[in-house]
Amino acid sequence: MTPDYTLAELCIAAAAEAWRGDGEILASGLGLVPRLAAGLARLTFAPDLMLTDGECLLVAEPVPVGRRPADYRPPVEGWLPFRRVFDLLWSGRRHAMTMPTQIDRSGAINISYIGGTFQKPKIQLLGVRGIPGNTINHPCSFFVPDHSRRTFVERVDMASGAGYDPARWEPGVRRDLHALRLVVTNLAVLDFAGPDHAMRLRSIHPGVTLDQVEAATSFPLARAADLGTTPAPSAEQLRLIRTVLDPHDARATVFKK
Amino acid sequence: MADKRRTLAEVVAELRDGMTIGIGGWGARRKPMALVRAILRSPLRDLTVVSYGGPDVGLLCAAGKVRKLVFGFVSLDLIPLDPHFRMARQTGALQVMELDEGMIQWGLRAAMLRLPFLPIRAGLATDVTRLQAELATVVSPYADGERLLAMPALPLDAALVHVDHADARGNAQILGPDPYFDDLFCGAATRRYVTCERIVATESFADHGCLHTLVLDRGMVDAVVEAPLGAHPTSCSPAYGIDLEHLKTYCAATAPDAWADYRARFVDVDDVAYGDAVGGAARIHAIPPPIF
Repeated sequence: MTPDYTLAELCIAAAAEAWRGDGEILASGLGLVPRLAAGLARLTFAPDLMLTDGECLLVAEPVPVGRRPADYRPPVEGWLPFRRVFDLLWSGRRHAMTMPTQIDRSGAINISYIGGTFQKPKIQLLGVRGIPGNTINHPCSFFVPDHSRRTFVERVDMASGAGYDPARWEPGVRRDLHALRLVVTNLAVLDFAGPDHAMRLRSIHPGVTLDQVEAATSFPLARAADLGTTPAPSAEQLRLIRTVLDPHDARATVFKK
Repeated sequence: MADKRRTLAEVVAELRDGMTIGIGGWGARRKPMALVRAILRSPLRDLTVVSYGGPDVGLLCAAGKVRKLVFGFVSLDLIPLDPHFRMARQTGALQVMELDEGMIQWGLRAAMLRLPFLPIRAGLATDVTRLQAELATVVSPYADGERLLAMPALPLDAALVHVDHADARGNAQILGPDPYFDDLFCGAATRRYVTCERIVATESFADHGCLHTLVLDRGMVDAVVEAPLGAHPTSCSPAYGIDLEHLKTYCAATAPDAWADYRARFVDVDDVAYGDAVGGAARIHAIPPPIF
């Protein structure tokens, strides 16, 4: 039977769970699926979450993705230029979901470069951006659309973000502000509740096998005691995704065929 | 009262080889691109550039002007990666200091406040600190004893920023939704250069926007240049958006021949010819603000 939802919709619903119970903080979803997931959380079980228009306005309702009617005005409730984003994230009142190029067992992520050396990278990416500040100051989650041994690596080529590996933490550095929550991929949902905060498999997407997930990961994965199948999005979640958050179906482009 | 109006060429003539130059704006937003192109036309070299990088960094790298780059990212926003910057990195041609976005803000603020450093957590427990020995930590002298990163001041020899309006005395007005860190770039710099869409009468600032748009005062500015479309191909919201079409042309100009052609059409030309080459002021003013 053909499922009545897409993989992107499953991932959006699974990723929304990252913000459950977060209260009145800024939910930053950077990238299409994280952004739709933050909007979905806000419209369903996390009504106090704060959202932006993707630039510098706080908006009372999620701004739909893509072209909008000519008379559309974002429902502005506040002003959040970059300097205030920094103030806010250093204060801890934010939970961001980003899309790393590499991630390791300890949750260290890389968006800076792949291969070569720091002085002469083989493939230059963005640079560390705000990831060092995000990961050490407030909860972070991740979305990885291509779960593979290239993305789930033994050791990231550059640790742009802080993971749980104790060897990377100097004595005296505050670790209590650091919290890595959820990793959603095209195959599974993971967290960091394994031994010593190691990455742990929490649920596997419908139609995917445990072998597939393990074969696509360069390190051993802990498993949740109640490891199960990622729940399908509800009819109401699908309605919100399809008609309110992403009316032009930008999410159809997330997974390359 | 000093009249600080200058031309692009006069400003560039004040810059020297080896200077540390901070460039305002963010990614593909409100970058002083007319001034950057004027630097490309000059013999200046060996610059250290501090920037929330966009095509300003890419152009300077493509022209071989940059010895060292202090950056958190280089992105064209609507196009995630800048190919000219990537090429410079991947050939090992650049010295870099790679920092969290907030660390750059902190370094500029420290320089502005004449402090040697400001404490910050960003960068700890990452390769930002492991790979860069010039970044050191300090321990709080108070009961908490917390170890923090001591973000060193980033003093600038010159700051370049682009705004909507300025008066002849150097007061400047930013009408866009985000001032980014232009005030900190000016605060951290010995010489502060502002280009603007239009030079206006001081009395008219209030007609154009609320008091909060008056981001730079004349004590923070040494020279102003009227440079209409001076941020193109980056945005100068609300006057014009990011010129995605032009950025695609720019991104395609990486091979030596293509770069030479890009230079001839868009860099080694005067302002009038540039405006014509990119489709005219009416076309640029019609580019809507980006949707992020």
